[in-house]
Amino acid sequence: MGSDRTIKWFLRGYVLLLFCFIFLPIFASLVFSFNSQRFPTVPLGSFTWHWYETIWNDPDVWDAVRTSIIVSLCTSLLATFIGFCTAYTDYRYNFRFKGGFLALALLPPTIPLIIMALAMLAWFAKIGASGQVWSIIIAHTVLTAPFAMAVIRLRLNQMDANLESAAWNLGASEWTAMREVIVPFVKPSIISAMCLTAAVSFDEFAVAWFVSGLNKTVPVIILEIVTGNIDPQVNAIGTFVFITSMTLVIIAQVLIMTREKKDAQA
Amino acid sequence: MAQTPRKLDGYALTWRLPIIVWQLLFFIGPLLFMIAMTFFLVKNYRMHEAFEMKNWFKMLSRGFFWDSYFLTLGLATLSTICATVIAFPAAYALSFKVSANVRRWAIFLLIIPFFTSYLVRTFSWYVILAESGPINAILGYIGLGPYTMLNTKFGTMVGYMTLTLPLVVILQTVSLANIDKSLIEAAHNLGCGRTRTVFTVIVPLAKTGLIIAAVFCFILSFGDFVAPYYLGGSKPPTLPIMIIDTTKSGQQWPRAAVVAVMMMVTLFTVAFAAIMAAYRKKA
Repeated sequence: MGSDRTIKWFLRGYVLLLFCFIFLPIFASLVFSFNSQRFPTVPLGSFTWHWYETIWNDPDVWDAVRTSIIVSLCTSLLATFIGFCTAYTDYRYNFRFKGGFLALALLPPTIPLIIMALAMLAWFAKIGASGQVWSIIIAHTVLTAPFAMAVIRLRLNQMDANLESAAWNLGASEWTAMREVIVPFVKPSIISAMCLTAAVSFDEFAVAWFVSGLNKTVPVIILEIVTGNIDPQVNAIGTFVFITSMTLVIIAQVLIMTREKKDAQA
Repeated sequence: MAQTPRKLDGYALTWRLPIIVWQLLFFIGPLLFMIAMTFFLVKNYRMHEAFEMKNWFKMLSRGFFWDSYFLTLGLATLSTICATVIAFPAAYALSFKVSANVRRWAIFLLIIPFFTSYLVRTFSWYVILAESGPINAILGYIGLGPYTMLNTKFGTMVGYMTLTLPLVVILQTVSLANIDKSLIEAAHNLGCGRTRTVFTVIVPLAKTGLIIAAVFCFILSFGDFVAPYYLGGSKPPTLPIMIIDTTKSGQQWPRAAVVAVMMMVTLFTVAFAAIMAAYRKKA
């Protein structure tokens, strides 16, 4: 079947090309961040740390990094807590309007960020909460809680449905069963949910840009630099953000995978 | 579960209330307020609560609004078609032509872009596609170009594809990989050719997943301001850019809210129609 093989290789080449398209900008930005040219082209200029030195010495960038860390840390705690409550409710209870309850919980990612940004900006101005660091935290919690819920809900799916009732039958109260059975079981997914929500929050720029006022996060700084001019600093900051986010994502992934292996062995 | 107490006690409420309270306060609240805001008035750069149709008349009677509206609609539709067509052969290959292990790795790789700054990737394209950038330099060696790729519809599409392709490939791959392989073999055994199998067996079976992928692509493209602004030149502006301009420089929040509400109505209509189509039984 000669044509079968041709098609197979053609398709594989096609997939490879598609992946090149997807990863080209990420890879190029990494390369440009060490490239001496202000307007990078081929052939490349010489190797330099210059752009990293520039951002290292920029107090605005440091402020933004500090704000971003506070925002993503608080967001990840809040969003994961709310996500856990929602996932547990969905796992254990059936009630009227459960469809509406789940829609309320899961809808935010389907609304374009620019619309959420405008709505949040106006609402925060109305209730007197605009331009604060915690305005960004509140907004990011709305946007990321559904992700935390999904991650923890998937973990609860793997739990033996009788485990919790067994604890009750042995005399544990609902609260004790929660503390001794449910929480230990979902703990790895809680940590991965925290990492994922932190990573999403660390990258989000549209809502943060609208509601942040003077407390800029790292992506907002990037947005402002990009709007001004071609400045390869952006690549250096981008590489830093990429490494931070990827570290969080890899921790999350490893936690999910090792736990799955342990379960498989048990 | 059987043991669920009928009565709503403190324990159950503890887990149920947080999301309800939070989303009502900070998700539903802002959206409803934004709808109310479309009827407010701005006097001397200050917003006054009112109930007037003025903003709606102002925005919807202007040609420039409808120019932007149909431009955004057209661009998002084009982006959805491009992403669906470009992603399909890759999803097909990842579903049927590679091992499960390779497929897992491919999906893991496709998740990575979600955690890289979309802004930085767009800026990267801005440099790559520039008149004096790497692509034109390479094309120059073989005597082609330079081509203008920035500030064109092509540039906008490159940006949209950067944003949407990873998600569309993932969703399509998942829905194709779930197809019962024996149905495809049956089609082959009955003498159905390869291309015909794709269009008469695989696509109908994966219809729901393919449509959902397309809807997500449409939502993302329709609401994105980065690609049309930085790579497309924003002349004329798309609706998201119009929201930013109206809010940031004009202080005209109510008019921006009109644009936002129009966008939401459009998105709900498109999503609803698509989902109806996705779950419709074959006549």
